[in-house]
Amino acid sequence: MADRSVTIASAHGLHARPASLFVQAVTNSGLSVELSKGDKKINAASILGVISLGIQHGDEVTLSTVGDNAETVLDDLSAFLGTDHDA
Amino acid sequence: MSATDSGLNLQGVGIGRGLAVGPILRMPDPLPEPADAASSLGADAEKVRAAGALAATAADIRLRGERAGGAAKDVLDASAFMAEDPTLRDDVNARIGTGKTAERAVFEAFASFRDMLVAMGGYMGERATDLDDVSQRVVAHLQGVAAPGVPTPDYPFILVARDLAPADTALLDLDKVLALITSDGGPTSHTAILAREKSIVAVVGAAGALQLDDDQIVVVDATSGVVNVSPTDEDQATAKETIAARAAAAHAPVGPGKLADGTSVPLLANLGSADGALPAVEKGAEGVGLFRTEFLFLDSDKAPTVEEQQAKYTQLLEAFPGKKVVVRALDAGADKPLSFLNDEPEENPALGLRGIRALRANEPILRDQLTALANADAATDADLWVMAPMVSTVEESRYFTKLAKELGIKTAGVMIEVPAAALLADRILPETDFASIGTNDLTQYTLAADRLLGSVSSFQDPWHPAVLRLVGEVGKAGAVLDKPVGICGEAAADPLLAVVLVGLGANTLSMSPAALADVRAELARFTLDQAKEFAELALSANSAVEARAAVVNAANAFTTSISTITETD
Repeated sequence: MADRSVTIASAHGLHARPASLFVQAVTNSGLSVELSKGDKKINAASILGVISLGIQHGDEVTLSTVGDNAETVLDDLSAFLGTDHDA
Repeated sequence: MSATDSGLNLQGVGIGRGLAVGPILRMPDPLPEPADAASSLGADAEKVRAAGALAATAADIRLRGERAGGAAKDVLDASAFMAEDPTLRDDVNARIGTGKTAERAVFEAFASFRDMLVAMGGYMGERATDLDDVSQRVVAHLQGVAAPGVPTPDYPFILVARDLAPADTALLDLDKVLALITSDGGPTSHTAILAREKSIVAVVGAAGALQLDDDQIVVVDATSGVVNVSPTDEDQATAKETIAARAAAAHAPVGPGKLADGTSVPLLANLGSADGALPAVEKGAEGVGLFRTEFLFLDSDKAPTVEEQQAKYTQLLEAFPGKKVVVRALDAGADKPLSFLNDEPEENPALGLRGIRALRANEPILRDQLTALANADAATDADLWVMAPMVSTVEESRYFTKLAKELGIKTAGVMIEVPAAALLADRILPETDFASIGTNDLTQYTLAADRLLGSVSSFQDPWHPAVLRLVGEVGKAGAVLDKPVGICGEAAADPLLAVVLVGLGANTLSMSPAALADVRAELARFTLDQAKEFAELALSANSAVEARAAVVNAANAFTTSISTITETD
């Protein structure tokens, strides 16, 4: 089990566009990834789950997964969330 | 009985001044809720049906996104992921497991997510519309009926709908849509805003519009808000001549903006990047009334250098030799946060550290910007004016003007967007060279309604007499002190409201270039005395709706008397 904490960089948080790009990245990884904010945890491949977390700019979230290339996948996803996609 | 049989015309609120003739097509009605009957196919078969419909809908939405491109593609891609959502699929399958049909399970699963988003409120809640659209499409696929949404015939048509949601308008093929008619929704509805922005002929709130038959020919006249539902051949021919004449006028060489009595009202363009300069000049912009500089900053996590900024400003100023170009200093905050200016989360960003407040807290960034602007001005022939966003005190007006002059800016002014600044305009203006009224924010702050929030969008109407009274205060102060007062914001793009604003004392109007032709034509119809009369009518109304109605009536009465005179001649 690997996990990472990331601070959301997108200026408007994880709204429609960055949320779809993120979900796409999770789906492409082939792993089952969980995303949590506070005490809520959701399937990171679920855009409705991601939107329902109401993630804003500056929020801290945690990614976790299990699998062969778990570390690499989490590095990529953390880098995604740490980049401002509204720029 | 259809409206055709009755032969009665429909009356609504017209947006802009356009005219259109053509066949109507109605937006299909939403699908009825699928019945909650037990499945006769069994759970396994229903699960296969649901999975197939969800995947097909996602593919269909993605294809529409490819065709639409731009911002619409982003919205539609998100919708496609909603149809493919694994959590939603689990929920659908669980419901099918209890004996429900695929249609019913899909309907219920989407509805439960929808309710959750609505309960979260605000911006999340507004995604509920997208979710409803996806749900309807999946159910339509399962039932083998046409998906709801905007019709896409291969001929030009007039779209009739109850009201249009952003998801509908994102895909409108503007080359095919001659006009929009809605039965519901008012002048601040999404349909009206879209129509104004894209210069589409529209009549909103026309009760009875849904009784029109598909392919029925109608004449839509936005000037009067009337839809002629049974036009004679002659009516149609007259309308087509008028449309052709207006199109010719729009392409003819354009003169400066002025009233019927010759009073000059320079018409300027709102621009967000230097690339927009040449198209604006072609549409007859006499300069730039609002150049937003945020684009230079949004892409970076630190402010661009003086040299980088100077190159962009020079490119802009070179497009307007000898013309006025009003540049707004960086306006960050609220809906457009910049991490290097203000990184603190705020409960109410619209009331937070934004505009001149944020610049002042980061004075080196403001100094760099003003220096780059002064350098670009020195290297070109344009008449550069620079203004501070969201000034709320006399002291801020003094601070900005002094700093700008010190750094070589010849003409420095302030934006009036806060009621406090409008009320004390007689004290703010002596400290600076000019004022420009930002009507969007002024309306938001006057009515205490977040302009980004759909649930309070009906408050966001610059025709409100409270907003107009504040504009009048600034106009009066400008006249007494002999300081120019301009308008930039949605309000100046509404042709009749533009006349009212001139009546309230605005000397120049700045708008998106698409609106210039209509506003220029409208100003030429009235004298300054009439504009002042319209302003009085609007100020004495009790609401935005009453103010608009009173001025529309007065303007139409005047137009009728003019045409009578012409006929007598």
